[in-house]
Amino acid sequence: MMDALSPEHLIIAPILIPMVAGALMLLYDDRQRTAKLVISLLSAVALLIVAAELVARSKGSPLTGGNAIGIYLLGDWPTPMSIVLVLDRLSAMMVALVAMLAIPALIYSAAGWQRQGQHFHSLFQFLLMGLNGAFLTGDLFNLFVFFEVMLAASYGLLLHGSGGLRVRAGLHYIAINLMAAVLFLIGIAIVYGVTGTLNMADLATQIATLSPEDRPLIHLAAVVLGLAFLIKAGIWPLSFWLPTTYMAAAAPVAAMFAINTKLGIYVILRLSMLTFGATAGVSQGFGADVLIFAGMATIIFGMLGVLASQGLSRITAHLVLVSSGTVLAVTGFALAGGGTAMLSGALFYLISSTIATSALFLLAEPISREEGGIASLLALTADAYGTGVIEDGEIETGAGLIIPGTFTILAFSFIACVLLLAGLPPLSGFIGKFAMLSGGLNPAGLGRGEIGWPVWVFFGLILLSGFATLVALVRLGVQTFWAAGGTPPRMLAIEIAPVIALLGLTVWLTVQAHDVMRYTQATARALSIPSIYIEGVLAAPRVADQPEAIE
Amino acid sequence: MELVLSLGIGVFVGSGIWLVLRPRTFQVIVGLCLLAYGINLFIFSMGRLRTGAAPIMPKGGFVNPDVYADPLSQALVLTAIVISFATTALFLVVMIASRGLTGTDHVDGKEREDP
Repeated sequence: MMDALSPEHLIIAPILIPMVAGALMLLYDDRQRTAKLVISLLSAVALLIVAAELVARSKGSPLTGGNAIGIYLLGDWPTPMSIVLVLDRLSAMMVALVAMLAIPALIYSAAGWQRQGQHFHSLFQFLLMGLNGAFLTGDLFNLFVFFEVMLAASYGLLLHGSGGLRVRAGLHYIAINLMAAVLFLIGIAIVYGVTGTLNMADLATQIATLSPEDRPLIHLAAVVLGLAFLIKAGIWPLSFWLPTTYMAAAAPVAAMFAINTKLGIYVILRLSMLTFGATAGVSQGFGADVLIFAGMATIIFGMLGVLASQGLSRITAHLVLVSSGTVLAVTGFALAGGGTAMLSGALFYLISSTIATSALFLLAEPISREEGGIASLLALTADAYGTGVIEDGEIETGAGLIIPGTFTILAFSFIACVLLLAGLPPLSGFIGKFAMLSGGLNPAGLGRGEIGWPVWVFFGLILLSGFATLVALVRLGVQTFWAAGGTPPRMLAIEIAPVIALLGLTVWLTVQAHDVMRYTQATARALSIPSIYIEGVLAAPRVADQPEAIE
Repeated sequence: MELVLSLGIGVFVGSGIWLVLRPRTFQVIVGLCLLAYGINLFIFSMGRLRTGAAPIMPKGGFVNPDVYADPLSQALVLTAIVISFATTALFLVVMIASRGLTGTDHVDGKEREDP
């Protein structure tokens, strides 16, 4: 069959494109930065186009009930045996989010960060490959492999720019993640030992019929696996590595890392809803309480961190925790049978808050350029590499356009981020939080169903964390924009453009909220009915079995 | 054999965890290596223990899977070995960089003030 370019192959494109681009760039000398930047950007744009097509495809048609599970059988082996890539609404959404964050981060890096170390663009592409692979895989062991690809690239990116703080943060980050990998492997081994399969869909079918002797073992495996993912997601008390790591990372790297915690959340959401969802029999809802309460503890920890921190990048790192905790708690509620309305709000909130934290990481560096913290960090970088970042940005590329009215633009971008993260109208942060609250208040439609006290506590925490965010960021904004004397920081057009692009994206989210909410609602519904995913995967036909008529 | 293997895994993992919790970077990396050995043996044992059985079956004809060892867990171990080897090498580089930048091999980059 001459179908080498048939549309099914598009599912593997988000993994192949960055892999080829990253490998290609290794062949270039590190000084050819323009060439590398162009390749890198081309790859990211291609990813965005592919992701848009995949999102459109995952919606399916009315015939398929609005959920089309796309399957890619590697090597064309039949399903429970083979390694599969699975595309559904959730994974398509996450792949699109990766591409949307990658382009601004790459543009930003062109202003200077890309020359602070070696192989920045290759590592960046491998990070994208690992993320996309982990979002698309339908198999536990490949999930591990893509996790490690992503982590290996993130170790390199975190150390990008060198300097004492980064190396120290990197040491902790790597040690923690190696421990998480160990836990991950233990979990995988137990799952394989008990069920004899690593395919997520096949695993989900076996949960309900496990013998009573095997059930505690699979619960143990779920706990160990969950620990590994929750470390990545930054849940309290496994999150102490996160603020320092994100603060130490270079601005474009931190902007991309904003989605790394979401990978942990994605896996928790996917696996818990699949294996301990509606079809799990006795095991249904296993671990829901832990997610709810640990998620709320994470919100509290992040909130206190936001209030206690001084620098903007440290505040932003704690905001990542708040966002993680919120989505994890809602996952817990959904797992406990809390209905899909709240989960769909949380998915919307996840998109919005990820974009907003990413924009804030990009803003943090120029805003505090004149101050102590980051400036000294940059000085360290400059020592290590013999170049200054600030002088470095202006020359050569021709993009050295220094924008007028720096303070005005910075201040307006900052206000937009504050609105988004505090969840105030009119931007999309408000819509996400509102959808969560209304979904929680009406789990089964207006005026029906009883609302338990954990939900009320959670509501209090959501609103309180928004208030804390507002206080902390406004305080910082007053210090930076009103109280600061002297000259405004110098800023290049290519440094502010990515921030404006990300904020524009949230405006688009706000305007298109109806369509996006419909998408997340259908996603949440599909997650709550595991049989959609399971049947989609297990009934996948092999290419060799299909009639030749497709040609 | 089961007893020896489980004791071996236990000793590896136990000493690995103890070493990972120590304050020196070298101890941490040796601990991570020991943990990786223990986990690899554990994955291997999850394919069920069997002596004198080959994991690769001959091609064609009827094959009785009972007389062969589980090949999948062996493949998983192989992958896990490669990955843990690579990450350990990377960690070693970061460790040396940290030692060079901070002048101490403490994991926090500075000695504790009060011993």
